[in-house]
Amino acid sequence: MNWVFYISGMVALATTLMVVTRSNAAHAALYLVVSLLSIALVFFSLGAPFVAAMEVIVYAGAIMVLFIFVIMMLNLGPMATRQEKAWLSGRAWVGPVILALILAAELVYILLGHGAEAAGATEIGAKQVAISMFGPYMIGVELASFLLMAGLVGAYHLGFDPGPERRERS
Amino acid sequence: MTPVPMEHGLLLAAGLFLIGLVGVLIRRNIIFMLMSVEIMLNATGLAFVVAGSRWGEADGQVMFIMILAMSAAEVSVGLALALRLYHRFRTLDADAAKLMRG
Repeated sequence: MNWVFYISGMVALATTLMVVTRSNAAHAALYLVVSLLSIALVFFSLGAPFVAAMEVIVYAGAIMVLFIFVIMMLNLGPMATRQEKAWLSGRAWVGPVILALILAAELVYILLGHGAEAAGATEIGAKQVAISMFGPYMIGVELASFLLMAGLVGAYHLGFDPGPERRERS
Repeated sequence: MTPVPMEHGLLLAAGLFLIGLVGVLIRRNIIFMLMSVEIMLNATGLAFVVAGSRWGEADGQVMFIMILAMSAAEVSVGLALALRLYHRFRTLDADAAKLMRG
Protein backbone atom coordinates (compact mmCIF):
# COMPACT_ATOMS: atom_id res chain seq x y z
CA MET A 1 0.00 0.00 0.00
CA ASN A 2 3.04 2.26 0.34
CA TRP A 3 3.34 3.08 -3.34
CA VAL A 4 -0.38 3.90 -3.51
CA PHE A 5 0.23 6.69 -1.00
CA TYR A 6 3.17 8.17 -2.91
CA ILE A 7 1.64 7.97 -6.39
CA SER A 8 -1.70 9.42 -5.34
CA GLY A 9 0.08 12.08 -3.29
CA MET A 10 2.06 13.16 -6.35
CA VAL A 11 -1.13 13.19 -8.44
CA ALA A 12 -2.83 15.29 -5.74
CA LEU A 13 -0.01 17.86 -5.71
CA ALA A 14 0.15 18.08 -9.52
CA THR A 15 -3.60 18.44 -10.03
CA THR A 16 -3.91 20.99 -7.23
CA LEU A 17 -1.18 23.03 -8.90
CA MET A 18 -3.19 22.82 -12.13
CA VAL A 19 -6.33 24.04 -10.29
CA VAL A 20 -4.54 27.15 -9.10
CA THR A 21 -2.99 27.98 -12.48
CA ARG A 22 -5.99 27.43 -14.82
CA SER A 23 -7.74 30.48 -16.23
CA ASN A 24 -10.91 28.63 -17.25
CA ALA A 25 -13.13 27.90 -14.23
CA ALA A 26 -14.62 24.68 -15.63
CA HIS A 27 -11.16 23.18 -16.30
CA ALA A 28 -10.08 24.11 -12.76
CA ALA A 29 -13.18 22.41 -11.33
CA LEU A 30 -12.37 19.21 -13.27
CA TYR A 31 -8.79 19.21 -11.98
CA LEU A 32 -10.10 19.80 -8.46
CA VAL A 33 -12.29 16.69 -8.77
CA VAL A 34 -9.23 14.62 -9.72
CA SER A 35 -7.28 16.15 -6.84
CA LEU A 36 -10.03 15.25 -4.34
CA LEU A 37 -10.25 11.70 -5.68
CA SER A 38 -6.51 11.24 -5.30
CA ILE A 39 -6.67 12.55 -1.73
CA ALA A 40 -9.41 9.97 -1.12
CA LEU A 41 -6.91 7.33 -2.29
CA VAL A 42 -4.36 8.77 0.15
CA PHE A 43 -6.89 8.35 2.96
CA PHE A 44 -7.53 4.79 1.89
CA SER A 45 -3.83 3.97 1.86
CA LEU A 46 -3.53 5.48 5.36
CA GLY A 47 -6.09 2.98 6.66
CA ALA A 48 -9.06 5.37 6.86
CA PRO A 49 -11.65 3.90 4.46
CA PHE A 50 -14.61 5.73 5.99
CA VAL A 51 -13.29 9.24 5.39
CA ALA A 52 -12.11 8.14 1.93
CA ALA A 53 -15.74 7.37 1.10
CA MET A 54 -16.87 10.65 2.70
CA GLU A 55 -14.30 12.55 0.63
CA VAL A 56 -15.65 11.08 -2.61
CA ILE A 57 -19.32 11.50 -1.67
CA VAL A 58 -19.27 14.93 -0.04
CA TYR A 59 -16.27 16.75 -1.54
CA ALA A 60 -15.99 15.30 -5.04
CA GLY A 61 -19.75 14.83 -5.20
CA ALA A 62 -21.81 17.44 -3.42
CA ILE A 63 -19.44 20.39 -3.07
CA MET A 64 -18.07 20.14 -6.62
CA VAL A 65 -21.64 19.94 -7.95
CA LEU A 66 -22.28 23.28 -6.23
CA PHE A 67 -19.20 24.77 -7.91
CA ILE A 68 -20.13 23.42 -11.36
CA PHE A 69 -23.69 24.62 -10.86
CA VAL A 70 -22.58 28.17 -10.12
CA ILE A 71 -20.03 28.19 -12.97
CA MET A 72 -22.71 27.08 -15.43
CA MET A 73 -25.31 29.47 -13.99
CA LEU A 74 -23.03 32.49 -14.36
CA ASN A 75 -21.91 31.24 -17.80
CA LEU A 76 -18.37 32.58 -17.55
CA GLY A 77 -17.42 33.20 -21.14
CA PRO A 78 -14.15 34.04 -22.88
CA MET A 79 -14.25 37.50 -21.27
CA ALA A 80 -13.70 36.12 -17.77
CA THR A 81 -10.94 33.82 -19.08
CA ARG A 82 -9.13 36.81 -20.60
CA GLN A 83 -9.52 38.75 -17.37
CA GLU A 84 -7.98 35.89 -15.39
CA LYS A 85 -5.12 35.52 -17.89
CA ALA A 86 -4.31 39.20 -17.50
CA TRP A 87 -4.05 38.71 -13.73
CA LEU A 88 -2.01 35.54 -13.95
CA SER A 89 0.79 36.81 -16.14
CA GLY A 90 4.15 37.82 -14.78
CA ARG A 91 4.74 39.55 -11.49
CA ALA A 92 1.52 38.57 -9.71
CA TRP A 93 3.10 35.18 -9.12
CA VAL A 94 6.49 36.05 -7.74
CA GLY A 95 5.76 37.38 -4.24
CA PRO A 96 3.22 34.78 -3.09
CA VAL A 97 5.26 31.89 -4.50
CA ILE A 98 8.46 33.02 -2.74
CA LEU A 99 6.63 33.46 0.58
CA ALA A 100 4.94 30.07 0.23
CA LEU A 101 8.28 28.43 -0.60
CA ILE A 102 9.80 29.91 2.57
CA LEU A 103 6.92 28.43 4.58
CA ALA A 104 7.34 25.11 2.77
CA ALA A 105 11.07 25.03 3.57
CA GLU A 106 10.33 25.68 7.26
CA LEU A 107 7.71 22.93 7.36
CA VAL A 108 10.03 20.44 5.66
CA TYR A 109 12.80 21.34 8.14
CA ILE A 110 10.49 20.86 11.14
CA LEU A 111 8.92 17.65 9.88
CA LEU A 112 12.19 15.96 8.91
CA GLY A 113 13.84 16.85 12.23
CA HIS A 114 12.25 13.88 13.99
CA GLY A 115 12.63 10.17 13.53
CA ALA A 116 10.22 8.40 11.23
CA GLU A 117 6.92 7.45 12.86
CA ALA A 118 4.70 4.98 11.08
CA ALA A 119 1.19 6.02 10.10
CA GLY A 120 -1.49 3.75 8.73
CA ALA A 121 -0.17 0.62 10.43
CA THR A 122 -3.67 -0.17 11.70
CA GLU A 123 -6.90 0.34 9.86
CA ILE A 124 -9.53 2.46 11.61
CA GLY A 125 -12.92 1.49 10.26
CA ALA A 126 -16.30 3.15 10.22
CA LYS A 127 -17.35 1.42 13.46
CA GLN A 128 -14.60 2.98 15.56
CA VAL A 129 -15.24 6.40 14.00
CA ALA A 130 -18.95 6.13 14.75
CA ILE A 131 -18.34 5.03 18.36
CA SER A 132 -16.03 7.99 18.85
CA MET A 133 -18.26 10.47 17.03
CA PHE A 134 -21.50 9.63 18.82
CA GLY A 135 -19.76 9.11 22.17
CA PRO A 136 -17.26 11.74 23.34
CA TYR A 137 -17.82 14.01 20.32
CA MET A 138 -21.63 14.13 20.53
CA ILE A 139 -21.63 17.86 21.27
CA GLY A 140 -19.49 18.44 18.18
CA VAL A 141 -22.04 16.64 16.01
CA GLU A 142 -24.79 18.86 17.41
CA LEU A 143 -22.70 21.97 16.79
CA ALA A 144 -22.04 20.81 13.20
CA SER A 145 -25.80 20.47 12.69
CA PHE A 146 -26.26 24.04 14.01
CA LEU A 147 -23.59 25.20 11.56
CA LEU A 148 -25.20 23.44 8.61
CA MET A 149 -28.58 24.93 9.54
CA ALA A 150 -27.02 28.41 9.72
CA GLY A 151 -25.34 27.79 6.34
CA LEU A 152 -28.66 26.72 4.83
CA VAL A 153 -30.51 29.78 6.14
CA GLY A 154 -27.66 32.08 5.11
CA ALA A 155 -27.44 30.66 1.58
CA TYR A 156 -31.22 30.92 1.20
CA HIS A 157 -31.23 34.51 2.40
CA LEU A 158 -28.30 35.58 0.22
CA GLY A 159 -29.61 33.78 -2.85
CA PHE A 160 -33.13 35.21 -2.46
CA ASP A 161 -34.16 37.38 -5.40
CA PRO A 162 -36.05 40.37 -3.98
CA GLY A 163 -37.88 41.12 -7.23
CA PRO A 164 -37.38 43.96 -9.73
CA GLU A 165 -38.85 46.89 -7.75
CA ARG A 166 -36.88 46.22 -4.55
CA ARG A 167 -33.71 45.45 -6.49
CA GLU A 168 -33.59 48.94 -7.95
CA ARG A 169 -33.95 50.50 -4.52
CA SER A 170 -31.07 48.57 -2.96
CA MET B 1 -0.38 -3.14 5.05
CA THR B 2 2.98 -1.38 4.94
CA PRO B 3 2.85 1.78 7.03
CA VAL B 4 3.80 5.14 5.54
CA PRO B 5 6.04 7.50 7.58
CA MET B 6 3.84 10.11 9.25
CA GLU B 7 6.16 12.91 8.13
CA HIS B 8 5.46 12.17 4.47
CA GLY B 9 1.74 12.46 5.03
CA LEU B 10 2.21 15.75 6.88
CA LEU B 11 4.49 16.99 4.09
CA LEU B 12 1.79 16.21 1.53
CA ALA B 13 -0.75 18.12 3.66
CA ALA B 14 1.66 21.06 3.97
CA GLY B 15 2.27 21.11 0.20
CA LEU B 16 -1.44 21.10 -0.58
CA PHE B 17 -2.06 23.84 1.99
CA LEU B 18 0.68 26.02 0.50
CA ILE B 19 -0.67 25.60 -3.04
CA GLY B 20 -4.10 26.63 -1.76
CA LEU B 21 -2.57 29.63 0.02
CA VAL B 22 -0.80 30.75 -3.16
CA GLY B 23 -4.11 30.34 -4.99
CA VAL B 24 -5.94 32.61 -2.55
CA LEU B 25 -3.17 35.20 -2.82
CA ILE B 26 -2.80 35.36 -6.61
CA ARG B 27 -6.35 34.85 -7.89
CA ARG B 28 -8.92 37.63 -8.00
CA ASN B 29 -11.83 35.61 -9.38
CA ILE B 30 -14.02 34.79 -6.38
CA ILE B 31 -14.83 31.26 -7.64
CA PHE B 32 -11.10 30.44 -7.79
CA MET B 33 -10.57 31.93 -4.34
CA LEU B 34 -13.33 29.69 -2.95
CA MET B 35 -11.76 26.66 -4.65
CA SER B 36 -8.38 27.51 -3.09
CA VAL B 37 -10.00 27.81 0.35
CA GLU B 38 -11.50 24.35 -0.23
CA ILE B 39 -8.02 23.02 -1.04
CA MET B 40 -6.64 24.51 2.19
CA LEU B 41 -9.46 23.04 4.31
CA ASN B 42 -8.95 19.69 2.65
CA ALA B 43 -5.23 19.82 3.44
CA THR B 44 -5.92 20.50 7.13
CA GLY B 45 -8.31 17.55 7.13
CA LEU B 46 -5.58 15.39 5.61
CA ALA B 47 -3.22 16.45 8.40
CA PHE B 48 -5.84 15.43 10.99
CA VAL B 49 -6.35 12.02 9.36
CA VAL B 50 -2.58 11.40 9.14
CA ALA B 51 -2.13 12.27 12.82
CA GLY B 52 -5.11 10.12 13.79
CA SER B 53 -3.73 7.14 11.93
CA ARG B 54 -0.30 7.69 13.50
CA TRP B 55 -1.78 7.20 16.98
CA GLY B 56 -4.30 4.57 15.86
CA GLU B 57 -7.23 6.62 17.15
CA ALA B 58 -10.48 7.57 15.45
CA ASP B 59 -10.37 11.21 16.67
CA GLY B 60 -8.59 12.46 13.55
CA GLN B 61 -11.31 11.09 11.31
CA VAL B 62 -14.00 12.61 13.53
CA MET B 63 -12.28 15.98 13.15
CA PHE B 64 -12.15 15.46 9.37
CA ILE B 65 -15.92 14.94 9.32
CA MET B 66 -16.38 18.16 11.33
CA ILE B 67 -14.18 20.01 8.79
CA LEU B 68 -16.26 18.46 6.00
CA ALA B 69 -19.49 19.83 7.51
CA MET B 70 -17.88 23.22 8.06
CA SER B 71 -16.56 23.46 4.50
CA ALA B 72 -19.96 22.43 3.09
CA ALA B 73 -21.62 25.28 5.03
CA GLU B 74 -18.82 27.66 3.99
CA VAL B 75 -19.06 26.85 0.29
CA SER B 76 -22.84 27.21 0.18
CA VAL B 77 -22.72 30.67 1.77
CA GLY B 78 -19.67 31.64 -0.30
CA LEU B 79 -21.26 30.68 -3.61
CA ALA B 80 -24.47 32.51 -2.67
CA LEU B 81 -22.29 35.58 -1.99
CA ALA B 82 -20.58 35.08 -5.37
CA LEU B 83 -23.99 35.06 -7.08
CA ARG B 84 -24.95 38.31 -5.31
CA LEU B 85 -21.63 39.87 -6.32
CA TYR B 86 -22.24 38.89 -9.93
CA HIS B 87 -25.79 40.24 -9.92
CA ARG B 88 -24.71 43.56 -8.51
CA PHE B 89 -21.42 44.23 -10.35
CA ARG B 90 -21.75 41.93 -13.41
CA THR B 91 -18.27 40.56 -12.71
CA LEU B 92 -16.70 37.93 -10.44
CA ASP B 93 -13.65 40.08 -9.69
CA ALA B 94 -13.27 40.26 -5.89
CA ASP B 95 -11.79 43.75 -6.23
CA ALA B 96 -15.16 45.03 -7.52
CA ALA B 97 -16.49 44.83 -3.95
CA LYS B 98 -13.62 46.66 -2.27
CA LEU B 99 -15.62 49.81 -1.57
CA MET B 100 -18.22 48.08 0.68
CA ARG B 101 -20.81 50.83 0.39
CA GLY B 102 -23.93 48.97 1.50
